[in-house]
Amino acid sequence: MQTYSYYPGCSLHGTAKEYDRSLNLVAGKLGFELREIADWNCCGATAAHSTNELLGLALPARNLMLAATDGRPVLAPCAMCYNRMKVAQHELQDSSKRQVVERLLGRSEKLISEKKVSWSEQVSVVSLLQALAGDGIQAAIKEAVLKPLKGLKVVCYYGCLLVRPPEIIQPDNLENPQTMDRLVALLGAEVLDWPFKTECCGGSLALARTDIVLALGRRLLGMARDVGADCIVTACPMCHSNLDTRQGQIKAKFGESFDMPIFYVTELMGLAFGFTPKELLLDKHLTDAIKIVKRDDCPERSEGSRVTHHENKD
Amino acid sequence: MVTFKADQPIAGNALLSRIRDRSGVRVHDCYQCGKCSAGCPVAQFMDLMPRQIMRAIQLGQTDLVLRSSTIWLCASCHTCSVRCPMEIDVARVMDCLRHIARAERIPPAEKNIVLSHELFLESVKRLGRLYEVGLVAGLNLGTLKPFANVSDVGLPLFVRGKLNLLPTRAGGVDLKRIFAEKKRDR
Repeated sequence: MQTYSYYPGCSLHGTAKEYDRSLNLVAGKLGFELREIADWNCCGATAAHSTNELLGLALPARNLMLAATDGRPVLAPCAMCYNRMKVAQHELQDSSKRQVVERLLGRSEKLISEKKVSWSEQVSVVSLLQALAGDGIQAAIKEAVLKPLKGLKVVCYYGCLLVRPPEIIQPDNLENPQTMDRLVALLGAEVLDWPFKTECCGGSLALARTDIVLALGRRLLGMARDVGADCIVTACPMCHSNLDTRQGQIKAKFGESFDMPIFYVTELMGLAFGFTPKELLLDKHLTDAIKIVKRDDCPERSEGSRVTHHENKD
Repeated sequence: MVTFKADQPIAGNALLSRIRDRSGVRVHDCYQCGKCSAGCPVAQFMDLMPRQIMRAIQLGQTDLVLRSSTIWLCASCHTCSVRCPMEIDVARVMDCLRHIARAERIPPAEKNIVLSHELFLESVKRLGRLYEVGLVAGLNLGTLKPFANVSDVGLPLFVRGKLNLLPTRAGGVDLKRIFAEKKRDR
């Protein structure tokens, strides 16, 4: 059984609660354990790295430090958190930057090994797609599928943060990644090719320049519809939020109604594993994601769902 | 007509060398192919194309660059960086330009974007984690649009239990130290 230090980030405790829930249900089925990092802090996201270099490094570095204490690999399902942690690890290879950050996080001195390898490099940080990519886990996923998503036409939307910068993130393919496609295909869905796999949704511009995010979202939703997709699947809370919560505003602004469900990849896994839309919190979406499931008539599961998710108190 | 030699920025072009020193990126190498601008998802909203930012840096037009909307509208998607034939990390340059603009207190062309970053970080500073309700309330007050995103996004999110009314706290002393250092850093 693989045990991860779990870094949910702000989104999975808030606007992406259904991602957190579906991940935990799916993890229970696949037999890996998530132990939430105690006292984790926000990674600072776009706001930090856009305005101040030190903040953009020190905030994720603190979480790396906490994780180094636990000594387990870190699972960061939020694409933004994952990206910021990986970039910080990369940048902190620069000894002058590392010294500044280590001084700030005084306790870290204890963690630097005799070999003088930095704690920040010792921690293995994985994204959700990476955690689900190995042969063993894929066999387990195939095994766990009770209700294949037959007939569901899906486009996989990776966005920016799971592929770029490629020298740090090391995606399987920069312009045409396949990891999520393969995963969704295992669930029995029909994965469609489309040209916007790694296009940007506008990210945090949603707050102050909603108009831009609506325009980009309309572009993405339009392309998904044009290639014949029933839904879009993502592993990023920003992408999910910008596409799911904004469809009403897109309709109001452009007069175009997409009604396109946006799924977290763990939600599709959960459905294929036999969990109900209710268990998976699909009713938390702003764009109805349940009717598409009902179309296929997902059976209720009698077996109780185990949640292997507890705050790490040590 | 200005010509450049590698590693020899024209006299007085502090911006070009400052960017190289701070970020390690050589904007010197740009030959205006335009691939950065062609692939930029936000280009249509910018006052200067990313390509023009690169050129203006080479020409030492500091004010033009730091007062552009472009540096704030850049969504850090890194598409420009991965497609540049000269391997110039354009997105890293944008980050660097934002840092310089903040350090020099240049009034941002996109005030609301900067305000959203400030409010976000204020939440992290005070609580250690993002408190969405506080962020959006602050932004709506600051932009004098009290009802923006409320009925069509905020309320539906609230009804679905996705907005936490009360903040959670984390990070304690470590974050105090980090933010104190950040203040000195500016």
